[in-house]
Parts: sequence; structure tokens; C-alpha cells
Amino acid sequence: MNPSMTASTDAIAIRLQAVSHTFAGRPALCELSADIRRGVITGLVGPDGAGKTTLLRLMAGLLKASAGSIRVEGLDPVMAGDALRLQLGYMPQKFGLYEDLSVLENLTLYADLRGVTGAAREESFQRLLAFTDLARFTERLAGKLSGGMKQKLGLACTLLGSPRILLLDEPCVGVDPISRRELWRMVSSLADGGMAVLWSTSYLDEAELCGEVLLMHEGRLQYSGSPQALMDSMQGRSLLLQDIAGNRRQVLQRALRSPAVIDGALQGHAVRLVLREAGVLPDLASLQAGPDARLQQVKPRLEDAFIDLLGGGPGGDSPLTEHMPPARLPEGVDADAVIVAEQLTRRFGDFVATDHVDFRIRRGEIFGLLGPNGAGKSTTFKMMCGLLPVSSGAARVMGLDLQQSASQARQQIGYMAQKFALYGNLSVAQNLEFFSGIYGLSGARQRAAVADMVRVFALHPFLSMNAGELPLGFKQRLALACALMHQPPLLFLDEPTSGVDPVSRREFWSHINGLVDKGVTVMVTTHFMDEAEYCDRIGLVYRGRMIAAGTPDALKAMVVSAELPDPSMEDAFIALVERDDRQREAT
Amino acid sequence: MWQRLFTLIRKEMQALLRSPQSRRLLIAPVLLQLLLFPFAATLEVKNSTLAVFNQDGGAASIELVQRLAATQAFPHVLMLHSQQAMQQVIDRQQALLAISLPQDLSRKLAAGQSVAAQAIIDGRRSNSAQIAYGYALQVIQQFAAEHSHQAPAARLVVQNLYNPNLEYRWFVLPSLVAIITTIGCLMVTALSLAREREEGTFEQLLVSPLTPGYIMAGKALPGMLVALVQGCIIAAAAVWVYQVPFSGTLGLLILSMLCYGLSLVGFGLLISALSSNQQQAFLGSFAFMSPAVILSGYMAPVENMPLPLRMVSAVDPLSHFIIIVKGIFLKGYGLAEAWPQLWPLLAIAASTLALAYLMFLRRSH
Amino acid sequence: MSLSLRRLVALCRKESYQIVRDPSSILIAFVLPVLLLFIYGYGINLDANRVRLGIVQQDGGVEASRLVQTLQASPYIAASLSSSEAAMRQQLQLGSVRGVVILRSDFSAKVRQGQGAAAIQLLTDGAEPNTANFVASYVQGVFQLWQAQRQSGQAEPAGLTLEARYWFNPTTVSRNYLVPGSISVIMTIIGALLTSLVVAREWERGTMEALLSTPVTRAELLLSKIIPYYLLGMAAMSMCVLVATLVMGVPLRGSLWVLFLVTSLFLGSALGLGLLLSTTTRNQFIAAQFALTAAFLPAIMLSGFVFEIRSMPLAVQAVTYLIPARYFVSALQTLFQAGEIWPVLLINLLFLLLSAAFWLGLTAWRTPRRLDGN
Repeated sequence: MNPSMTASTDAIAIRLQAVSHTFAGRPALCELSADIRRGVITGLVGPDGAGKTTLLRLMAGLLKASAGSIRVEGLDPVMAGDALRLQLGYMPQKFGLYEDLSVLENLTLYADLRGVTGAAREESFQRLLAFTDLARFTERLAGKLSGGMKQKLGLACTLLGSPRILLLDEPCVGVDPISRRELWRMVSSLADGGMAVLWSTSYLDEAELCGEVLLMHEGRLQYSGSPQALMDSMQGRSLLLQDIAGNRRQVLQRALRSPAVIDGALQGHAVRLVLREAGVLPDLASLQAGPDARLQQVKPRLEDAFIDLLGGGPGGDSPLTEHMPPARLPEGVDADAVIVAEQLTRRFGDFVATDHVDFRIRRGEIFGLLGPNGAGKSTTFKMMCGLLPVSSGAARVMGLDLQQSASQARQQIGYMAQKFALYGNLSVAQNLEFFSGIYGLSGARQRAAVADMVRVFALHPFLSMNAGELPLGFKQRLALACALMHQPPLLFLDEPTSGVDPVSRREFWSHINGLVDKGVTVMVTTHFMDEAEYCDRIGLVYRGRMIAAGTPDALKAMVVSAELPDPSMEDAFIALVERDDRQREAT
Repeated sequence: MWQRLFTLIRKEMQALLRSPQSRRLLIAPVLLQLLLFPFAATLEVKNSTLAVFNQDGGAASIELVQRLAATQAFPHVLMLHSQQAMQQVIDRQQALLAISLPQDLSRKLAAGQSVAAQAIIDGRRSNSAQIAYGYALQVIQQFAAEHSHQAPAARLVVQNLYNPNLEYRWFVLPSLVAIITTIGCLMVTALSLAREREEGTFEQLLVSPLTPGYIMAGKALPGMLVALVQGCIIAAAAVWVYQVPFSGTLGLLILSMLCYGLSLVGFGLLISALSSNQQQAFLGSFAFMSPAVILSGYMAPVENMPLPLRMVSAVDPLSHFIIIVKGIFLKGYGLAEAWPQLWPLLAIAASTLALAYLMFLRRSH
Repeated sequence: MSLSLRRLVALCRKESYQIVRDPSSILIAFVLPVLLLFIYGYGINLDANRVRLGIVQQDGGVEASRLVQTLQASPYIAASLSSSEAAMRQQLQLGSVRGVVILRSDFSAKVRQGQGAAAIQLLTDGAEPNTANFVASYVQGVFQLWQAQRQSGQAEPAGLTLEARYWFNPTTVSRNYLVPGSISVIMTIIGALLTSLVVAREWERGTMEALLSTPVTRAELLLSKIIPYYLLGMAAMSMCVLVATLVMGVPLRGSLWVLFLVTSLFLGSALGLGLLLSTTTRNQFIAAQFALTAAFLPAIMLSGFVFEIRSMPLAVQAVTYLIPARYFVSALQTLFQAGEIWPVLLINLLFLLLSAAFWLGLTAWRTPRRLDGN
């Protein structure tokens, strides 16, 4: 036998052959065949509902495939489940932690379950606690950890017993860039040690770093191979439109109308475009981007390729824009200070969650709050929308404190929560009726508003479906529809695209851009840096304080250095946080 | 603002009625309880076994045994032949009551002398046994009176008002109107708010123009509606299926159901304000409900309780409501008669709702 | 099904932490039981020790006054006097008295005439049938006494009397049999109600998925839920027994080990039912509702604890045979008040064993090893 042949089969940890799975007659996976190798991180990429979680559960032996064969380490996950589970680590979406147990208790539980005892346990606890930087928090209850720490603890629990195979289901949803980077470093060092890692994600910047990717869409495998090869195929099709004069949002919108462009996004003051064909450029004059505007070729991203594979992005015209009237502020509201935080402070006992934060947001501006998990971003956000009382200082919206003010003031805002807080056991139509109703719409006006939203967000096929059963992307649309039904001039968005795939995110931002052009003022929190690029201004919150504020480009400029001549938003975020840490240590 | 309130209530009703499973949960337990409890929850003694050790054998003693056997309480009579056997049947719960008739019973009775029979009663089930003893005593006293040589000085004429034949069902069904609605109403109110908090929709409500009062009303009215509908189903079944007389007015019944619903909703909201998740809300409502039922006077009269428990019973909305419902069904209560119970209900509702409102304000921030 | 002690201990420890840290489970396991014991023990007094009786005396004659005095002297009657029949009837309607004795203006005269023409009228509150029965029999007793005293001047009435002897519970304290019965309700609450939430909670919070991906076996999963709640139930049981015997003075005549055995078997069924509901519904709200209807209410209504099973219609009696609490109540009442009467205990033990095997078996069979339920 050829020795190299043996080596190559040995390198394969998981082999899928024509795997199909159906839930109650609905196909979730269709004839999927792929090999997953050891020693690299394999990204499992695709929009929500593509079948990523199902595939991971099949490999972990938690579900039995309807057809086809799965071999994990040569074993059938269902028939040889007992043997396989000793070699397999699986981290489900909510990390599988017991919130009422402490960090150490969670670790001990999983160590016992995975048969890690005695000296080996001491050794692996020390290694994992150091690895995840949780050693200081062993006594803390898991429910009291920040999102990033939960994620690390989940990983530590999964890694007990040194599995040969690691399955991670969307480990980075709701987690800040610093924690994401740390997690990535940890997992790649594991892969370097020979572990087979399957990392599911709907974020393509994450997938870009994987050794290999499996691109899925609607239960089918669209691509498998190295991300680089896929990006290379996009060579020459990714461009940056720079030095724009005038409204960059409208430039983006016009660019997306061009038949030469299949996708586009804001990037600070510039607009990033993906061409249908390399070399076929859109007519620069028709973009009305000003006399100095110029197109520059840039490195393609995996996201460009992904959107290309799906046949292009959603286009820049939001039907919402036609539907929404220009946003009007009540009489006497200063258009330069629609939302104002003045020395805003919130204490929980001794702990200062928000520490003398100041900002003011103009009419028609998108203001983004960024920051690591647990830095006080959510506290600040909640005080602004009146969900949390202020300890000192002031949070004013249109000159009023929302917590004290009459309901007329709250009538002026739209609010979209992190988890798309919809009534999961009501139908889509019932949710729309409910939210329009509590904002005082009734009769013909209510029917018209609901009908408009159904049309704008293409919700018609789902009207009688339970909101809880919608695919995530549609949940997000519905949540936005519910927040906009009463045409508010102000919009509060709390991590509005958490866990949502790129196409849905594009679409979401094209709606927001449309609204902003109508004069709607937006305040948003996010963990995703491509989203931060859409903001006019950003406030970076860390340890309760606003450590930097400015336009995305200004923040990036703050961290330009010799090693980082052209920092990304994520680089800027991390560098600014680290700089603050250093300054704190110095004093 | 009426329209917003209506929207809130409609949402709550849709959530309750949308899935077949939750529809079943609202109706099936009610029907099941309606089917079983009127027959089960009875303190009457029927179909019991009486053990008799007849040492006499005279004509009078045989007649007495036949009379005892003719009652509804003792269709089965177990004839015993020794004192030992009497002990055994009681030990083994084969009979509730054992009566021993002395050797000279017939003779002494004929002679007009006094004679004593003995009854052994199973104290493990002292209530049923005592009732059974009461039945036996009546038969024996009647029998003795007939065999007496002296004419009685007077007659005791017993007339049971409101329920001439002391039908136990007439007592059970009005009480069930109160008890079964308690479960439904409390669950709907206490758990739905906890669920909104778990699912994050609560914040969505707080940022909307709805004031806390509206949000609470939006939770309170559906709970009251559930109580009302379930209560009406049971009341209808009581009247048409179980043939319990209805001597009051429907209007008063509905009015008092609403007052009762309001006081329950107060407790429900208070519990949900105190709990941080559904499990706590459920266990909390349960911890409220079981003492409330026991102290309501349904299982035993409130007047028999020691003073501290009577005081607790005074703030138990169920104890007031049961009196009203029984009064409306059986005693022809009008507003004047119901008022002594109605105002405590309203007072309870006012204080729990106020407290819940304060808690709600504190918790929502 | 293989079993690893290490994994089992780890899972049980986790479950115990969760119990101890959740205030609501402590409330249900330790606070509510004591509360219920006291309420059942002192709140439910079925014996109607002193009934409130109204007397309408329209006749001032000697015979009537003697009767009224006899009524007032009865230890079972709290009498209130009035001359207005309408006022007393209203009191009866409002429930402030439970019976009204009416002596018409010609009562004494008719008694003197003899021939039994005199009538004592007794109105009872039929809306409270149990109390009405008591009122009737108390008044009947007083009436007999009065008659006997009148005729012969002696305290003992002549003719046939029935002497009562209460076995096991000579003073007929309802507490002595209601408290053992209420222990069955408490064990149902801990066994079925609390456990109906625990597996569903793991599904809702996503921890079940993580557990299933570890080498845990079905048997370990099941046992790790049963053992901690069994111990919790036993702890609550011990507390109930202590409170009942030491604080409330309820006798315990049987031996502790039989009590232990009976309770263990009953907890087996209750835990099985609770876990089954939790496993099959995977939803806390629904599981808890089912547990309420399927376990708690039957334990009160159909167990023979308050309401006599023999008095129920045959169809309902048939249903009670399916309810484990029925056997538990019977065994508890015998153990507490009578001691080891084996013919009674053995039957109950047998049925409790069958029921525990049935519910636990069904739960074991329905406990999944995968997400799709197998």
C-alpha cells in the first residue's frame, strides 16, 4: 500500500457521505459529502437555517441521520456513541453551562463526566484555567460571568478529557472582538496540536481565518476547500470607493442600483463594492460621489465570495424608505442634541457600571456604542432608553428623561432588543397587530401599517407561523417591523444583528440607511465591526468609561502605527482597549 | 388608551388560546375536576360496611340489625361471632364501625329496662367513622323510641334549610366554582409575567408608551377573564348537569366573580413580582394556593379553626368567595347579604394590587 | 446500561447544588411542608366541637326554659338567644349560626298536655351538610337528655343506648389522622411537582444537549435526578415526622423502618411521574400544570385522606386504585395510629411497589439518549 495514502486517510477525522436529514418531512440537510481533516480549523459557514447545527448534532450523535453515512474517527456516532463520546468535545450554542454552579463546579462536573480524575484533573484544570484566563473567577457563578467568559468556560468544559475532535456551534454569538480573538487563538493552538476542529459560524471574517471551510446554504454544501482559493477567485472584483463628497449612504444606494455591482457596504467614509465581473466598473459619474471620488482595488474577502455564491446581495433600495415619511421631531427639540448623555453614571453597590459618560447625537445620525462584554455598554444603553434608573448625571432623549417622562415621549422611539424580543407563541400577524396596537394605532391606520410592513419585509408567507419558529433572519425583520410600525423619529437598536447571516445583515443596514436619510436618529450597540463601519460616530466604552469617540475613520487613525499602517475597525477596537489597560496600570 | 388595553388583553388571550396544547390546559383540567370531584369530594358516608356481633339473637335485636342494614350508609353488614373478630375487622379496615349487641337486649327492652349496646369506631378515619356512628345512633334512637313504653313529651322536627336532603353535591359544586378558577387564574397571571421577563419581551413593553399601570392591567384582566369563563362553565354544569338549585341572580354571581378575580390577580401579580423565573412563579403560586384552599372553609368550617388560622382565613380571598357562591346558589343571597364578604375581597384586591404595583415599579427599574 | 459511580456522583452533586441554591425549591421542600402540616393539623377540624346555635324562645314556660338551659349547658353547643325568628333566620342565612331551635309560644302548654303534640323545630344550614348533620345530632342528644330528665329525674335516659369506643384515636382528634394523610400530599409535592420542573429546565436552558454529548448513560441521567430528590423527599419526611410527633403530639405506633420503606416506594412513583412529565413535555410550564392535575389534586381528592373512598361512586372508586397516594395514605394512617397491621400494610406495599415499578420503568424507557427522543 502506498504510505502517503495511509497518511492522508489518517488525517481525515470525520467523513460524511451523502448525509441527509429531515425534520417532520422538512429537509434540513441534503446529500452532504465532505471530509474534515485534523490539524486545521474547519469553518462551517452559512446563513441561519442552512443546517449547520443539525450537521454538528449528527456528528455528535445527538441526532440520527435520515440517510447517508457519518464516520467520526471511523465510528458511527449513533451506533458507537459510547466509544465516540470519549473522544469528542461538543459545545452547544448556549455553551451548556449550569448558571447556578460556580466556574470550578462546572469544570468539576464535566471533568467527572468525561473521566478526568486525580492528578490529570489537577493538571488539566490548571492548564485550562490559565488558558482561558478564568483562574481568578473559579468561585464565581457561571450565570454571573460575562458573555466572553461564559464562552471560554464552555470551551474549557468541552476540552476536558482532551478530545480528538472539537465541535463548536456558533461560539462567538454575542461575544466581543477581544474575546473572539482570544478564543480563536486558543482553538488554533489546539488545532496545531493535531485536533480536528469544526467551527460553525455565520460570520465570514471568522471563517476567513479557517484552514478550510464548508459553505452551506439551505441544507446543501455550496463549497468545500480553502477560503483562500475562494477569495482568489474573486480577484479584481472587490473595490473601495474613496474620497466621497456628499452623502455616502446615497452613494452606496446608487452603486447598488448599478448592474455591474452585486454587493456593497459602507466602510467608514468609503464605500466597498463587489463587481459582477472583474473589470466591468460602474459608471462613476452616475454614483454622484463628488469630483475626487476614485475606485481602488482591494483584497477580496470571503464574504464577497459567499455573497457571490448566493447570487449577489440584496440591493440597496429599501422599500421601507418609500413607506416611511420624513422623521419629524416634536416642537422645540434641538436637532443637534436629540439624544444627550451628560456625566451619565450608574452604580451597582460599589461597582460603577457606567462612569461619567458624555455624548450627544444629532438628528439623522447613527451613533454606535462599542465595547467589550461587561464594559458598561448595555448599562449605558438601558439608561438612555429609560430601562434603568440613572445614579447621577442625565440621560435625555429629546430633552426628556424617558424613565420619568410621560408615555408621549416613549411614543417617539422605536426599540429593538438583543434577542428579538417577540412573542414566540403568537403568530407573525398577531405580533404585528400587538406592537402596532400598543403604540396606539387602530382601525384602518393599523391595518395599513401592518400591511405596509408585511409588504416591505416580505413577511407574507409567514403570517400565520409562530414568531418563535421563524428563521433568525426573519425574526430580525419582524422585530424591526414591530419597532418601526409607529414611524418613530428615534431608533434604539441593541445588538440588532447578533447571530444573523451576512445577507440579512446587509438588508438590515440598507433599511437603517434608508431611515437615516429620512432624518431618523439611530443609537446602536454592536459587537460586529463591519456594523460599526456603518455608524457616523462611535463611542467606545470600556470599564464604564467612554475611552474614545469619533468617526470610524477617526478611531482607526488613532491607532495607526508602523506595524499597523492600515488598521481595521477591529484592530482599532483592540488597540484602544489595550492602550487604556496600559494607561490604567501606569497610574 | 382603551384601545391599547384592548391590544394587551387580546395578545394575552391569543397566547393562551393559540396552541391546542395550551387550550387543552385551560379546559381539560376543569372538565376532569368537574367530572371527578363532585363525586369524590364528599364527607357523606355511603356504601360502608358495618360489622355486627349479635350476642342476643332475640327478635328485637334481629329487627334492629335489619334496620341498620336498610340505611344507605351500610349496605354491607358483616355478621361476627366473637369479640376478637370485632377487633380484627376494625384493625384491617374491613369495617368502619362494629356494633356489639348484648345478650339480654331483647329481654331488657321488652321489660323497659335500660340497656347499652357497644360501638367500636375506627379512629384512624375518625371523621367518616364518627359520621357512620351518627347514622347508627339515629337508627338506634328511633328504634328505642318506638319500643319505649312512655309517650314522648315532644317531637324534634329537623328541617334543613337551603338543602332539604343535605345533598353533598349542592355543597361541593359551588365550592368548586371557587376552587378550580383559583388555579387557572393564578397560573395565568403569575406565570405570564415571569415568562415575559425570561423571554425579554418585558423590556419591550417598558420602552413602549404603556405605563406600568397599563401593563399590569393588561396582565390582570386576562386572568380575571379566565376566572370568569372557567367559573361560568362550572356554574353552568352545576345547574344543568348536577341540578344544583340557583337561587340568586346571575348578575351578582358575575360581579362577585370579578371581585374575586381581582383579588386573585393581586396575589398573582405579587408572586410574579417577587419571582425571577417561571419556576419560582409556579412554586410561589402553589405555595399560596394550597394553604388558601385548606383554610377556605371548604374542607372544614372556618369557625372550627383556632384563632390565628381564622385570622389568616380572613385574608384568604377564597374563604370569602366560597361563602358568596354558596349563598348565591343555595341561600338566595342578594347584594346586601353578599356585601359582608364582598368588601373584604375588594380590600384584599386593593392592598395586593397596590403592593404588586410598588414591587413592579421597583423591579422594572 | 452501564453505570459509572464517578459520573453519577458528579451529576448528583450538581443537582444538589442546584436544589440548595434555588430558594423556591427550599421553600417547597422545607417551609411549605411545615406550613401544611400545621394548617392541616389545626385548620381542619371536622369534628365541629362547638356549633353555633341560635335559639328562638317564644315561650316563657318552665318546660321551654328547662330545654333552653339544657341546650346552653351542652359542651357541644354555643347558643345565642333571641325572640325574633326573622332575625335568627337571617343569621342562619349569613352563616353566623349553623342551626336555629324554635320553641313556639304554646310549647310548654303542649308538653303538659302530653301525647307528643309539642314540637321542637330545628332549622339547620343545609349549605353546610356536614355541619348540619352535627347540629342535628347534637340537638338530638340534648333533646333525649331533656326528655329523660323530665320523665324520671335521672341523668341517664332509659331504653337502648349506644356507647361509643374509639380505637386508635380515643379522643377523636382529627389531627391524628389528617396529619399522616397530609404527609402524603407533601411527598407528592416534592416527588412529582418539583421534579416535573427539573428535566424540562435542562432542556429549556440547553444544558441537556451538553450533557448528552458527554459519555453519560441513560441510567446515570435518570438516577442523578432520582437520588437527590429522593433524599430531599426523605429529609422532608423526617422533618414532617419529627414535627408531627414531637410538636403536634401525633402518635407514631408503627416502626420507623416500615415508614421508611413505605415512603421510599411512594416516592418512587411520585418521582417517576414527575420525571416522566418533565421528560416528555420538555417544557416547565406544561409539565408543572400536568403534575398539578395528575398528581397533586388526586392526592388530595382521591386518596381517601379527607374524603372516604368507599362513599364514592364505583367509577370514581375504580380511578382511585390507579393513584399511588391512596395506598400511601392508608399505610400512613395505619402506621401512625395503629402500628404494624400487616394485612393492611402488605396490600398497600404491594401496590406501591407495582406503581413505583410502573412509573419509574416508563420514565426509564422514555429517557432519551439523543435529541430526537431515543
